[in-house]
Amino acid sequence: QQEKLLGRLFGQEGPRGGAAWEDALVRSAWLKGVHSMLQHQPALHLLCSTGSMDVIFTLQGDPSLFVASAASQLLVHMLTFSLEPETCKALSTKDCDWPVCAQMIVKHIQESLQSGSASRIEQSLKLLSSLFGSCFGSCYAAWTEVLWLDIAKQIESFLLQETVQAQPVLASLLLNVARSPVFCGTEGSFWALVTSALEHLTPVQACPLAVGLLKLCKCPQDVRIQALTVLLQPMDCILRAASQPLECAGLLDESVSDPVTVQSLLSSKTSCAGLLCQTLAHLEKLLSLKNLRVDLPCVSLLRSLMTILQICSGSLSPASPLGSTISRNLINCFRVQKSALDVLATLSEKKDCHTLLGSVFDVLLAYLQSPNTNPTVLKKTFQATSKWLVYLQELSSSNSQWQQTEKILEDVFVVLQKRLCSPCWEVRDSSLEFLTAMVKCLKDQKEFRQCLLSSEVLRLTENLLEDPESYVRASAVTAVGHLALVTCFAPESPVVGNQYNKEVSIVAKLQEILSTDSEGFPRRAVISIFTKWLREGCTGQLEDTEQFVSKVIQTVECDLDWEVRLGGLELVEVFCSQTICQLAQCPYAPVSSAVTSSTPQKELLQVFCRAKLFGFLFGSLCDCDKPVGQRACDVLVGLRGHFYPTSTLENPQEIEDTPAGRGIAWLQRTLRQGSLAQNFTMDGGVEVDFQDPESMMLALGAIDLLELHDELNKSSDHVEESPQSLLQDILAAVGTIEDNEVDCY
Amino acid sequence: FFQYCLSGHPTLPCNVLKFKSTTIMLDCGLDMTSTLNFLPLPLVQSPRLSKLPGWVLKDGSTFLDKELKECSGHVFVDSVPEFCLPETELLDLSTVDVILISNYHCMMALPYITEYTGFTGTVYATEPTVQIGRLLMEELVNSIERVPKAQSASMWKNKEVQRLLPAPLKDAVEVSMWRKCYTMPEVNAALSKIQLVGYSQKIELFGAVQVTPLSSGYALGSSNWIIQSHYEKVSYVSGSSLLTTHPQPMDQASLKNSDVLILTGLTQIPTANPDGMVGEFCSNLAMTVRNGGNVLVPCYPSGVIYDLLECLYQYIDSAGLSNVPFYFISPVANSSLEFSQIFAEWLCHNKQTKVYLPEPPFPHAELIQTNKLKHYPSIHGDFSNDFKQPCVVFTGHPSLRFGDVVHFMELWGKSSLNTVIFTEPDFSYLDALAPYQPLAMKCVYCPIDTRLNFIQVSKLLKEVQPLHVVVPEQYTQPPPTQSHRTDLMIDCQPPAMSYRRAEVLTLPYKRRYEKIEIMPDLADSLVPLEIKPGISLATVSAVLHTKDNKHVLQLPPKPPQAPASKKRKRVSDDVPECKSLKPLLSGSIPVDQFVQTLEKHGFSDVKVEDTAKGHIVLLQEAETLIQLEEDSTHIICDNDEPLRVKLRDLVLKFLQKF
Repeated sequence: QQEKLLGRLFGQEGPRGGAAWEDALVRSAWLKGVHSMLQHQPALHLLCSTGSMDVIFTLQGDPSLFVASAASQLLVHMLTFSLEPETCKALSTKDCDWPVCAQMIVKHIQESLQSGSASRIEQSLKLLSSLFGSCFGSCYAAWTEVLWLDIAKQIESFLLQETVQAQPVLASLLLNVARSPVFCGTEGSFWALVTSALEHLTPVQACPLAVGLLKLCKCPQDVRIQALTVLLQPMDCILRAASQPLECAGLLDESVSDPVTVQSLLSSKTSCAGLLCQTLAHLEKLLSLKNLRVDLPCVSLLRSLMTILQICSGSLSPASPLGSTISRNLINCFRVQKSALDVLATLSEKKDCHTLLGSVFDVLLAYLQSPNTNPTVLKKTFQATSKWLVYLQELSSSNSQWQQTEKILEDVFVVLQKRLCSPCWEVRDSSLEFLTAMVKCLKDQKEFRQCLLSSEVLRLTENLLEDPESYVRASAVTAVGHLALVTCFAPESPVVGNQYNKEVSIVAKLQEILSTDSEGFPRRAVISIFTKWLREGCTGQLEDTEQFVSKVIQTVECDLDWEVRLGGLELVEVFCSQTICQLAQCPYAPVSSAVTSSTPQKELLQVFCRAKLFGFLFGSLCDCDKPVGQRACDVLVGLRGHFYPTSTLENPQEIEDTPAGRGIAWLQRTLRQGSLAQNFTMDGGVEVDFQDPESMMLALGAIDLLELHDELNKSSDHVEESPQSLLQDILAAVGTIEDNEVDCY
Repeated sequence: FFQYCLSGHPTLPCNVLKFKSTTIMLDCGLDMTSTLNFLPLPLVQSPRLSKLPGWVLKDGSTFLDKELKECSGHVFVDSVPEFCLPETELLDLSTVDVILISNYHCMMALPYITEYTGFTGTVYATEPTVQIGRLLMEELVNSIERVPKAQSASMWKNKEVQRLLPAPLKDAVEVSMWRKCYTMPEVNAALSKIQLVGYSQKIELFGAVQVTPLSSGYALGSSNWIIQSHYEKVSYVSGSSLLTTHPQPMDQASLKNSDVLILTGLTQIPTANPDGMVGEFCSNLAMTVRNGGNVLVPCYPSGVIYDLLECLYQYIDSAGLSNVPFYFISPVANSSLEFSQIFAEWLCHNKQTKVYLPEPPFPHAELIQTNKLKHYPSIHGDFSNDFKQPCVVFTGHPSLRFGDVVHFMELWGKSSLNTVIFTEPDFSYLDALAPYQPLAMKCVYCPIDTRLNFIQVSKLLKEVQPLHVVVPEQYTQPPPTQSHRTDLMIDCQPPAMSYRRAEVLTLPYKRRYEKIEIMPDLADSLVPLEIKPGISLATVSAVLHTKDNKHVLQLPPKPPQAPASKKRKRVSDDVPECKSLKPLLSGSIPVDQFVQTLEKHGFSDVKVEDTAKGHIVLLQEAETLIQLEEDSTHIICDNDEPLRVKLRDLVLKFLQKF
């Protein structure tokens, strides 16, 4: 019976000949169905015997990309699945002993590769690429090698034919094969093929392959050098084109590089920026890897980067004909500037670049100072500068080059002041972000604090709290929040007469923004700054933390922006854990039992109740925005864990006897209705006193928070995905009569 | 076609074009950089300037110490400032038929041309150009005349003396041509010769040439000009902008299909992007004022100042500068601010739509209403009562040699809290500041020049594709201070022709066609013959009548009847005699077929040679040669007329007659 049904679904009588087959959704679902079925070996037999394989092969070229990709994935799955039981016993080196299904697929691949049709070749290459990309375990080694040996010659011929337009797929296939476990050894014809690919593919196509090879640990050294050459060639070319003949050499040994292709790409206006951006993006990724197998020549790279940046800004124009052409292509090219600055930022983490520190800051400062710097480029410049300032600080603390540091910081602050006054809001915004980044990293450095406190930056930043642009106000809030850690909250901050007033006025200002600003971003910024202050223990110095938190909660709980409410919950969480730590004598000692509630526990509850914490938390459980409810539940689960470390749930029936208990029971019922209940409507005079410690203790004990937690964590489409929903759909389609219902059941 | 180049300044051009039978002057810019060699004219007696020591030659001679003064290592002429005029000797300017003005900055030499050279023609310009040009001239005359200077220096101009002077005076060119400023009556007389025109209006000049102004996007009423006849088109592009500022956008489409495009008035600061400069201007202004300092902006009373005020209007509230007063001081400040609001049709689309709301197109109206911007004719009078510091002052002249700006430089120069921000690109700011040194006040240079840069030019040229481009020589090489920037020059194919001051250029274009009208009765008499599908030809015999550069073909007079008697033939002076007409031939001779025909007719020894222009067919025995070329056929045979006629007839078989 099962076979009959499956035959009707996936066999010849199935939908594949009918009108419904025209719909891509049907084809996609058909493939999905086959995929699910392929957990059982008999399914393979069924597919091979009913002609379904040909259908799947055809679907590889489906006009719908989703269908085509699903078909390809399916074939990969089929091949690995059909060979799975065979892997344990040694497979013979001949694929003629393979299962029928696998043989069919391999034959199809071989035929396609030899067909001469560009689209079929590309389909098969893609299939092979994802096949090798998915076979990582050593158990695949044997048969993948057999497969590879079957097709290697064909692949090699593609590399040499310029007519085949499948080069990008070819590069990705080679990379995936290189990654697969078969080719662990450094010997063999495979690596010769990879070397040939690096030579024959264009730099743009070879670059991803080269980067992938550089990340491999088992790659032979000579291939690695070749890959590095491909990757660095554009940078080398720029460096050579820009330097005098007798000056510094390029990045690469001349003997290994053949720069003609790269030179011609760099000379063309259309390809120059594209090639450089691609190279730079790859370099940035490689540089940020922790365990790179290859030593990148960081100093020369840095030189090349600075050359690019100077060419882009027009401050350097090489004399050589190639250099002059490149410079015409690159002047004012924002894309290249941004990519180069990204790499420059990552290079700051490499330790051997200190010799060029002065020149790096010359270039960065020139970009910061130039009125022609585009706002987005300026933002990247700021990011790179803050990274290099950290490096500068580390360096100056070790070799006491404080004079250089001081000079650079002074220059940076002068330009920062000007940029904070820019009429372009993007510039003001990124200047504030830069300031925040500097304060975060350098606030403990003496020179930095001196420069900061003696500049106009503090005053300008406070002015920007009233900026007309909300993004700028948000960034100003963050900056002011971080600056406060240096100025008023810092224990060693300069003693000024009205220090206390200063603190009060900043807090009052931020509270005002939290309660009155019409845009969400500044309010979000305020709440996260408050959380940061609380975490760093600064709020204790200004007023009673409890009052502070209570005030913030009251402002936040009716905020229309869910992220602000979420921020409020984060603040509450920090407050809870800090208070618990302070009041519990030993923070790690579990409380023995809820019944014998000791004095610290009571005090704790009282603090939380006074701060009006529970009303906010329970209210948030029913928040219309799910993340808020989830967070509130997390906090409450945490609290429950503290107050009831061992006990199970209280019996609801028992608690309903007390007046407080009735309220809790009502709360429990309301919450059980799920987050659908938008607000608490008290019916029948039942009241929950969220500020009563006893009621709250009871609530924490009686309400099944874990169940609620699971409920909230279900994905929003869980109803639609459930079998119940399918049942309802079917019933809705056929009409609800009792017989139908029974059948469906 | 000739172009006489009378000015060497690429942004203050003055060229004369001889086009067909007309002589057209394109712009008459006045090079005012000469004034930088003079001492400033202070409105209030300046002890510092009056105490400057006279300049003494190396050998100790002091005969120039009354004319030349020394200040911080520079030597200045102590006299009324003088301007460098366009060349007046290169051609007789009284023969100029018309002057076309492209924008108000390029007409400042007009009174010198119209009032001193015997000019009797007409000047064409748009209304805003004339009105604002008048304001600029009025301000210029006013600021120079209100500080009368008894002394006029001329000794230093003597060639022998000038040789001994230090740079830059030593290298100043054409000093003998430098002239004092004109007077208001001369301005009025010059302006009265202007005829107002509107964009795209076609103006006929003597029937030969049509000129049309097009919007150039640079300033209120600024124009490029098309000068065309029926078959030739010259475009004159001067001071154009593709940025969205206040004027109507540039009309590029009409420049297409030009034979020659004369390109002047590109940006003077190609490396500075105007947006970045406006940002720089605002930041520096805000920083100065926040620190309690004053800001001085030397500027012209019209142009970029409108955009700056608009920018500040949006900026001052966000920067917390709402309480800082902005002063605009110029004898024409009021008129300039008001004029800008009434020339709605010359403004960009956005500003035009505001007029219908109705709202003033420029927001400076609101700045004035709210008392944030105040304007005064001079520092005397009301201004001194209202003056509050810190403040921002916009005033002229950007050269810092005359106008109210001189007073503020003297007043604020000593304090490092104050800042002078240069926004006009016409003068080198270091040269402008030279007579005020040593100076404590901060100087910021943010030149805002919205005219075309080289990238925009290269796009424009690709778009309009003129056959030839003519530019000032400065644009054919990178700027001298940035010789490595090969991107900062004109790059086009064929390479642009360049010109320099006092040069006469033969424009690379030959006239090939002329339009001729045919009278209806003559047209009726024509019998076209279709020689191939779609092309018909007819022979015309007519009398060509030419008057006022217009050509008309009329029916020829009937040939006089053959006189019955043997009377003496009447001689007609004006009607040429008509001869009987030979048919015209057309077509080409296919060599192979021709040879076959020859062989058919008994020529057996035919030999064909290829030449550069066609073929030579040799009849060796008859010693005869037939030369076949694209536009001619020669039969060369000695003394054998029957053979020639026979051959001719064979040739004619292949040709069509009509």
